[in-house]
Amino acid sequence: MNTAAFIVIAIVTLSAAMAAATLRKLMHAALSFALAIVGLAAFFFLVGAEFVGLALVFIYIGAVAVLIVFTILLTRRDVQKDRGFNWSGVLIAAAVLASLTWSILKTQSTAIVAPHIRALTVKQIGQALMTTYVWPMQCVGLLLTAALIGALLLVIEEKP
Amino acid sequence: MTPTLQVFLIVSAALFSIGLLAALSRRHAIFILIGIEMMLAAANLNFIVFWRFGPQHQPPVGVMIALFSIAIAAAEAAVGLAIVIAVYRHYRSTNVDEFNQLRG
Repeated sequence: MNTAAFIVIAIVTLSAAMAAATLRKLMHAALSFALAIVGLAAFFFLVGAEFVGLALVFIYIGAVAVLIVFTILLTRRDVQKDRGFNWSGVLIAAAVLASLTWSILKTQSTAIVAPHIRALTVKQIGQALMTTYVWPMQCVGLLLTAALIGALLLVIEEKP
Repeated sequence: MTPTLQVFLIVSAALFSIGLLAALSRRHAIFILIGIEMMLAAANLNFIVFWRFGPQHQPPVGVMIALFSIAIAAAEAAVGLAIVIAVYRHYRSTNVDEFNQLRG
């Protein structure tokens, strides 16, 4: 694994995520969120999980980011108002980050480099999905159908 | 020197904390959803990294869990944003501080 690539991807991902969390304009924040997801997919490519990286880009940018942009446009009349920023959230997030970092650094068994592995092929993933994970996959399909029907029912205009 | 498991975990923890920051401190409902999505994505990074650095099994468990988690995150985003739109129709606002009653 390439250290320079890792540093570049980490900087891009974390700064885009920070922009998504702190920018005042909603549309800019949504686009920064998409950039952070691209950086995360680059991490997946870096560690050799190309299929999951592609799935992440397709689903998060093709579906979730587009849904967020649609919602921003549909609730547009509200964006001009000034919004408060809750500073206690910053404290809690900093405390969580500090405790997680401390515990990761204290755990000696995590200071390892990646072993050499054979490349993960899409065929292996497909075989696992169709054999070991066939019932979870059916359940996820059912969940997605139910969620999309539920989302439609939630936003249908009620007739008086 | 190649990146160790530790630095990946620290990046993932930082991403999780940024998502938590967005979910806790913004008052806009869509920002809260973006924060939750970011936390889910950070958890996915952990699954993938532990798969890469751990012992190899034949069904790649970490990869499969990350795939299912992505699918569930998509379902969650669809329902969450539908709720935001439905609440906006009722209150004419997306500020979560103003949503103070469940009665429609």
